[in-house]
Amino acid sequence: MSAFFRAMGAVVWKDLAAELRSRELLSAMLVFALLVILIFNFALELDASTRATVTSGVLWTTFVFAGTLGLNRSLAIEKDRGCLDGLLLAPVDRTAIYFGKAAANLVFMLVVAAIVLPVYSVLYNTNLLAQPGLLLVILLGAEGYTAVGTLLATMAVQTRTRDMLLPILLFPVVIPILVAAVKASSGFLQALPAEEVVPWINLLLVYDVVFTAAAFMVFEFIVEE
Amino acid sequence: MPDAPLIDVSKLIKRFGPKVVLRNLEFQAMPGEFVALLGPNGAGKTTFLRILSSLSSPTLGKVRVAGHDLPRPSSAVRRKLGVVSHLPLLYGDLTAEENLRFYARMYGVERMGDRITEVLGLVGLEARRRDLVRTFSRGMQQRLAIGRAIIHDPELLLLDEPHTGLDQDACEMLDDVLRNVAARGRTVVMTSHDLSRVEDLASRFDVLTRGNITASSARSALARDGLLAFYRQSLEAAKALPGGAP
Repeated sequence: MSAFFRAMGAVVWKDLAAELRSRELLSAMLVFALLVILIFNFALELDASTRATVTSGVLWTTFVFAGTLGLNRSLAIEKDRGCLDGLLLAPVDRTAIYFGKAAANLVFMLVVAAIVLPVYSVLYNTNLLAQPGLLLVILLGAEGYTAVGTLLATMAVQTRTRDMLLPILLFPVVIPILVAAVKASSGFLQALPAEEVVPWINLLLVYDVVFTAAAFMVFEFIVEE
Repeated sequence: MPDAPLIDVSKLIKRFGPKVVLRNLEFQAMPGEFVALLGPNGAGKTTFLRILSSLSSPTLGKVRVAGHDLPRPSSAVRRKLGVVSHLPLLYGDLTAEENLRFYARMYGVERMGDRITEVLGLVGLEARRRDLVRTFSRGMQQRLAIGRAIIHDPELLLLDEPHTGLDQDACEMLDDVLRNVAARGRTVVMTSHDLSRVEDLASRFDVLTRGNITASSARSALARDGLLAFYRQSLEAAKALPGGAP
């Protein structure tokens, strides 16, 4: 078990150290995310009540598309220099590689969220950082999204059409998590009663557990030639 | 009683869709042997090395490496393997030392700091240990790739045309590293098109054509500078077989 966590930690450390140097993945995700919320800011002339209903949709659209950029790049870095083979040659449980990549991708998504939320708050004259419920939903939604996304990006990166293929594979699979995340976020932002929000949180939790477990079981088969 | 082969392959078949790349391939390598695997492009050398390294599964046949039947349990086999491929398998945004540290952690290498220093010295990169790999020349990256492959002191080293793209100095340094590995009793299987370079390195030469080993000779059985003649004869003999070359 210690070998599993040692390998997983090594992959996370490697991804974060490389990204701290190059900043190519985070900068692409951030520029894209900031452009999207800026465009929405000009496109939607919102009063206070309408703003509360569309905020969650705008936020999750931003996270999902920025996240797709990050997922594609994260695995392309491994494939282009043959490093995926380097990882697969290591005498470790291959799911440790998956969890390491997924954890690093989750960190990248949360960093993007940590920057997007204050910018959004300024642009739309609202304070999203004072919403602990929203922060919980973002954490759960990002976990599920990166769990599935890392798995599917590993599949897509082995094809010639990887950039196009990932969104086509990913978006249908993450529909439940997007719906649950948007509904739960919206519930917290509109201060709806708990009984209207909790079912969506439960759906997010179930989705996270099921897809993380599914990825755990199938990753080895996906990376085998 | 003689040692068991470190690599024992029999009746290996590998298909990619309708294309048969390896046809009933038979191959053995004893512990401590240095085998040069020669052959024309498309003969199946890279595919064969990928199967030995557990990166690809055989379609049919028996592949036994270091006492383990592939493709499973491949984790135990991977611990005993070092692999150098066409690509360096290195991260450009990490330094040479960080790359080796990452792989050392993945392989569970003990006394990591000492081993990294030792390996960097062996491949002549100790002065560049804190430089980013993306600033390295092709030759330096290949030297570091060798360092990555031997960081865990593997029993078996598999190299796929490691001299490709290297200048004379880099080739000589690579040869020194390979001699050092072989002198320590490790088994090496290397594919190459550079006959002059492998002639002094390998203890045995196998020619892979049309997906099978069609000729094999110990270095001691060849006349001095006789590898080229042996290789040409092997290819001619293979062309005469049904189906022709490669």
